[in-house]
Amino acid sequence: MLKPSAIITLLVSISLAVGGVWIIYNINLLPEAASSNAPVYDELFRVLFVIGVILFVGMFAAVVYSLIEFRRRPGDQEDGLPVKENLPLEIFWTAVPAIVVLFVGLYSYDIYDRMGGMQPLDHQNHGYSVSSSEEKVWGGIGTSSNNSNMDLQMQSLPVEVTAMQFAFLFRYPKGDFISGELHVPVGQTISMRMESNDVIHAFWVPEFRIKQDVIPGQPTILNFTPTKPGRFPIICAELCGPYHGGMRSTVVVEEPEIYQDWFNKNSNTIVS
Amino acid sequence: MTITIPPKSNKESEGLQPKGFLRYFSFSLDHKVIGIQYLVCGFLFYLVGGALASAIRIELTSPISDFMPRDVYNQVLTLHGTIMIFLWIVPVVNGAFGNYLIPFYVGARDMAFPRLNAVAFWLIPPAGLMLISSYFINGAAQSGWTAYPPLSITTPAAGQIIWILSVLLLGGSSIFGGINFIATILKLRRPGLKLMQLPMYCWAMLGTSILVVLSTPVLAGTLILLSFDIVAHTGFFNPTLGGNVIVYQHLFWFYSHPAVYIMVLPAFGLVSEILPIHSRKPLFGYTTMVYSIMAIVFLGLIVWAHHMFTSGTPPWMRLFFTIATSFIAVPTGIKFFNWVATLWGGKISLNSAILFSCGFIVNFVLGGITGVALAQVPFDIHVHDTYFVVAHFHYIVYGGSVFVIFSSIYHWYPKFTGRMLNEKIGRIHFILTFVGFNLCFAPQHWLGMNGMPRRVAEYDPQFTFVNQLSSFGALLMALSTLPFLWNVIHSSFKGEIAGENPWQALTPEWLTSSPPPVENWLGEAPLVTDPYGYGKKQLQEQFNDLESEKQ
Repeated sequence: MLKPSAIITLLVSISLAVGGVWIIYNINLLPEAASSNAPVYDELFRVLFVIGVILFVGMFAAVVYSLIEFRRRPGDQEDGLPVKENLPLEIFWTAVPAIVVLFVGLYSYDIYDRMGGMQPLDHQNHGYSVSSSEEKVWGGIGTSSNNSNMDLQMQSLPVEVTAMQFAFLFRYPKGDFISGELHVPVGQTISMRMESNDVIHAFWVPEFRIKQDVIPGQPTILNFTPTKPGRFPIICAELCGPYHGGMRSTVVVEEPEIYQDWFNKNSNTIVS
Repeated sequence: MTITIPPKSNKESEGLQPKGFLRYFSFSLDHKVIGIQYLVCGFLFYLVGGALASAIRIELTSPISDFMPRDVYNQVLTLHGTIMIFLWIVPVVNGAFGNYLIPFYVGARDMAFPRLNAVAFWLIPPAGLMLISSYFINGAAQSGWTAYPPLSITTPAAGQIIWILSVLLLGGSSIFGGINFIATILKLRRPGLKLMQLPMYCWAMLGTSILVVLSTPVLAGTLILLSFDIVAHTGFFNPTLGGNVIVYQHLFWFYSHPAVYIMVLPAFGLVSEILPIHSRKPLFGYTTMVYSIMAIVFLGLIVWAHHMFTSGTPPWMRLFFTIATSFIAVPTGIKFFNWVATLWGGKISLNSAILFSCGFIVNFVLGGITGVALAQVPFDIHVHDTYFVVAHFHYIVYGGSVFVIFSSIYHWYPKFTGRMLNEKIGRIHFILTFVGFNLCFAPQHWLGMNGMPRRVAEYDPQFTFVNQLSSFGALLMALSTLPFLWNVIHSSFKGEIAGENPWQALTPEWLTSSPPPVENWLGEAPLVTDPYGYGKKQLQEQFNDLESEKQ
């Protein structure tokens, strides 16, 4: 037998949850998704956002309701109820967050795995002429599982990124030339080996949902697969000096033929 | 359950208390004087840090760098972070309220080591002045409060070295304080007072002090190595000399993540004192609160690498730190549910103290939710080092700790000064702060997710409007300081006389005159075995007796 107040609580919770989910699927808070990583990331974001909104609105409502409902009325000099603890209730609100957190942890592990984060790095390095066993290369994020089969891995486009105060330089080892803009063909896995000449920088493309620090003396690896043609900003995300805010570049994602033209025009080696 | 009420004040022993304003400028050994010294000194530095924050927000009203030179902008953001953490929040939530309240709570006349206590305070003003004055010497440090090498090695050395020296002094002060709190809480308890009968703030300070003593020396060692790299050209963290920049980050965050708990755990403790008194209910779930604090202390020590998910961290390490960090949400969640349960069914006086405390709960829950999200490696990779993170930690340290500091000032001001603060102005202060704070920081979540990195003086013009909105919020926060300042200054002369116990509280600091005599109680220290025994008939009667005795 439900009390009316319990029914109201139930209705409020349900409408809250439904409203939360509706908002999340109809308001886009993230920039355009332009890499194979991005839709996976956005899925994680939606789940976290739903859980977060429900928790926040619930706590907010509980505090505001308490302040209004249990405010001291004029003339009332009595104390509240001497309730000191309630074991079942305390077990409940220890267990529920623990389960939620465990779920979020496992789910984000799955997402991380789908982004390729758990793949051993030497499997991602086939695109390199440099042998990764010679030096310690630290992991960024791997390829998406969409492209994780070996054939595509073998075909991944290697790019060597050098960061310095306050610019990124992109060297294409296959063509032996350097570009100030990163040109990549759509749908192709790019395998970047990054190193800094001076201080720590970070390579960030918001539309790709990837970021990796570029560290002096410690090469790092970052793989991604662009899925939409367009020009996207490359932003330095680690404080690197006075012009840190101006340290930006562009990644140009092109159809493979246009990319090939650009590559041939700049290439210093004969393309087979 | 017993409460022993100390005898009424006798006029002769009142002469022992040093009179006058000057004692706040002396090397006083009285824990209450030192507490006020910490509080006022911290607040003055808060005004400086706030002015720097305003400068940052003015610069960011336009997408180009036009308000100050770029290197000055980096100095401003470095000083803002360092001042707010090391000179305002850490000294105030620990030093100010800890020194004032802990001896009362354990039933002692003073801290365990009064001289060490005074030394700990008097390290702060010179360190702070040195830090600020470095701007006028050769430019302050400009590598952020994190001082990551190689940037901190390659930027002008004078400012960076002065920054290191000040942080070392402040860290030393913090360690002295931590040792003192541990000794006082464990060893100076009034006979008959058991650990599990202590007010929650004691537990919070015990946990915090353990973190201070364990992790601050690591920061000190790290900064000493960094200073060797700068002045003696050693190569600990300098990659051109074979050093490793990632090791610095590990060592730095081994202190600086616990530092977050050093800033918020005492705030948790203070809220646990304020809520029961103003809602006239016992603190809900005392035992689970104590275990939660200790769980947070333990977990807080093993989560540091979640600040380094994009630094080139191996996958297994990323996973371990994700899980450890996520689990901090469980003990923290328990505390928040317990506070709401404390409010639930109470008789809440809607005064400024409770408003700021509830503002804290709401803000911190949001900061905690974004914190759990940030703990997830794949989520963090996109928003790390962006305005999303800026929003997150301001929700924790401003929406959390600073709201609690204000709440505590409204709550304990009557005890500090013997006079009440003006309630109406207090509410104006709350509304301005709460609205301004949320207007300033909530939009920054969106900025970060959409491509605005932190610590930049210039940004993509598409973010102009949202940045201006954020700056308007900052303006409201700056304005909110004015009614508060007027309130504390005016009320200290003209405020309503508070009397011994204006809130009818049960904790021992209220069972003496306001302000209290030099040795806290004129007679024996009261034995309060149930500091949260509200709502009991018997107690109510004791108070009625007390009231009638007065009349």
